[in-house]
Amino acid sequence: MALKYQHLERIEKNAGLLAVLIAIMVALGGLAEITPIFIKAHAVEPAPGYEPYDPLRLAGKDVYVREGCYLCHSQMIRTLSFETQRYGDYSVAAESVYDRPFQWGSKRTGPDLARIGGKYSDAWQRQHLISPRSLVPESNMPNYPWLADRQLSESDIQARMRTLRLLGDPYTEAQIAAAPLAVRNKTELDALVAYLQGLGVLNVDRAAKGQP
Amino acid sequence: MPSETYDDRIVRLFLLAAALWGIVGMSLGVLAAAQLAWPALNFDIPILTFSRIRANHTFGVIFAFGGSALIGTCYYVVQRTGHTRLALGKLAVFTFWGWQIACFLAMLTMPFGITQAKEYAEPEWFIDLLIAAVWVSFAIVFFATLARRRIQHIYVANWYYGAFIIAVGLLHIVNNIAVPVSLFKSYTIYSGAVDAMVQWWYGHNAVAFFLTAGFLGMMYYFVPRQAQQPLWSYRFSIVNFWALISVYMWAGPHHLLYSAMPDWVQSVGMAFSLILLMPSLGSAANGLLTFNGSWGRLKTDPAAKFMVMSLVFYAASTFEGSMLAIKSVNSLSHYTDWTVAHVHSGAIGWVAMITIGSLYAMAPRALDRPAMHSRRAMELHFWLHTGGVILYAVSMWAAGITEGAMWRATNPDGSLMYSFLASLIAVWPYYVVRTLGGVLVLAGMVVMAWNLWHTAELARARKIKPIVVPLILPVPEPIPEPVPQQVPPPRPARA
Repeated sequence: MALKYQHLERIEKNAGLLAVLIAIMVALGGLAEITPIFIKAHAVEPAPGYEPYDPLRLAGKDVYVREGCYLCHSQMIRTLSFETQRYGDYSVAAESVYDRPFQWGSKRTGPDLARIGGKYSDAWQRQHLISPRSLVPESNMPNYPWLADRQLSESDIQARMRTLRLLGDPYTEAQIAAAPLAVRNKTELDALVAYLQGLGVLNVDRAAKGQP
Repeated sequence: MPSETYDDRIVRLFLLAAALWGIVGMSLGVLAAAQLAWPALNFDIPILTFSRIRANHTFGVIFAFGGSALIGTCYYVVQRTGHTRLALGKLAVFTFWGWQIACFLAMLTMPFGITQAKEYAEPEWFIDLLIAAVWVSFAIVFFATLARRRIQHIYVANWYYGAFIIAVGLLHIVNNIAVPVSLFKSYTIYSGAVDAMVQWWYGHNAVAFFLTAGFLGMMYYFVPRQAQQPLWSYRFSIVNFWALISVYMWAGPHHLLYSAMPDWVQSVGMAFSLILLMPSLGSAANGLLTFNGSWGRLKTDPAAKFMVMSLVFYAASTFEGSMLAIKSVNSLSHYTDWTVAHVHSGAIGWVAMITIGSLYAMAPRALDRPAMHSRRAMELHFWLHTGGVILYAVSMWAAGITEGAMWRATNPDGSLMYSFLASLIAVWPYYVVRTLGGVLVLAGMVVMAWNLWHTAELARARKIKPIVVPLILPVPEPIPEPVPQQVPPPRPARA
């Protein structure tokens, strides 16, 4: 090795050089791993018929995010046979392109929800959210009774859709104009149930139709 | 020329804040743990519900407690190792109040569901802006102080603090780029798989640079001093430094194994996680071997005991981390409580114990006392804390392996053996034991707060002046080869 220790010593005595070298070293890993995925994600056209959340489900998704459901429920069926047996087809990246932030989760205190849509009735979901232990006595999920009392805001949903359009989600002006009607007289519980009932179902159907 | 003094007021403020946030964050942890065992403890009150306050616990201990401890010790170390007063004192005061206000706002807003919902980066955009401003100021104060050091050689602890500052700034800014909808709601610019990649690049390296590099900086200063011996090998610490900071950044995708992330990213993440074993174990070994020849101090010095135990937990949890990053192991452990066990053996084993050890080492000096008020209370704290960590980690290991094994168990005909609910019922006893472990750790923190309060009695009574720097002359060039005898950090300034 030609590298003598004296060369390293120069770094040990120069704060500026040290800082620059640190910045380079810590930037490499992120650049190498994030850039290709970023480019790939932007190069792929969304599959035809693959649409962003409708206003009610969008409101529901934001309730899901606000309440922190992702802390106990994943939405990522891994490519393992015992996972697909329990939850259904493994998740693909296309299914979460409209999720900001992504909802893959990191811990399952409760089961995965990626394909929960349609597995239970709306009435079951409503009661389960308000009082989980009335249906599953051993569950340790908190009750969310306040969701039934809170009305959705008609103006807020439009602001949210406009922001998402700014970020690239293809909402049309007509869809944004019609949004207040879609959430009128709906509660947060209605929205969350609509979101849950769409999980996995809508995406899979559409992906199956459009994707090669 | 007036005698120049170390700026210790700011250090004291940060350490006081750390002690308080530690108790707040850990209390929330105990509540969250209890809620998982007894869901009635959610009380049907939104702001007390588990899914909302979980972020308060993690943010409270990592950023409020850990962050205050890191910035405080960083200011202490950079002054002592440079034989100079902190640069830009007013900006340093801003970093204190800015950081406390940011933490306070975050802790206040998150229970109301005002969250970005990105793990370990929950605070909304306006708090993120404040954090960014504080962080840049912190970097300026740190590097300006380095620039006016009177010792040519930059001691290795400062390297780690420097990497911690640069990397966390980079991570925070990149991960939190978002477009606000309103004051309390924003959408991240990343979506789906890209967001997952960015999030775990951030999440993993928050562990790497906040909870590892920063605390290694603390370790490299306080361990040699508490062992009263030079670092076992200075060169080894430098080799480990470059290896650690360059390899860590690649390991993030091990949080996304078997997911919809491209296969090559998963494999790269796993490979680098295994390579990471070497610098991690190297750093732990360097710290532990520094005690060679002075192990007897463990009998008399509880602070040293905390440090040794923290290094043991550091070695154990980084070894565990690399093992969990192996795909086949991860298929069992991921999404289970094993991850929770791993995080906490790192967080309350390594991070909290090195912090507590450093606090006990620093507090008497900063408060101008010969020793802490009560050594027996320190001993009690050590055993409460160690017992708590062990109960916590062992119960969550058992829970995690139980869950992992039950989720994958199949009958002879190939069908699944257990419902999901069966695994939840099976781990209930472990959730109770885990809560008990948390209570013990929290009790230890209360003992420490009591001890600190009494150690500060004199300081409170007569408002002691900051310690006077011994007016050493700038060390003449050239600095000799960094042979071990040059290595121990300068002795603390004491009259």
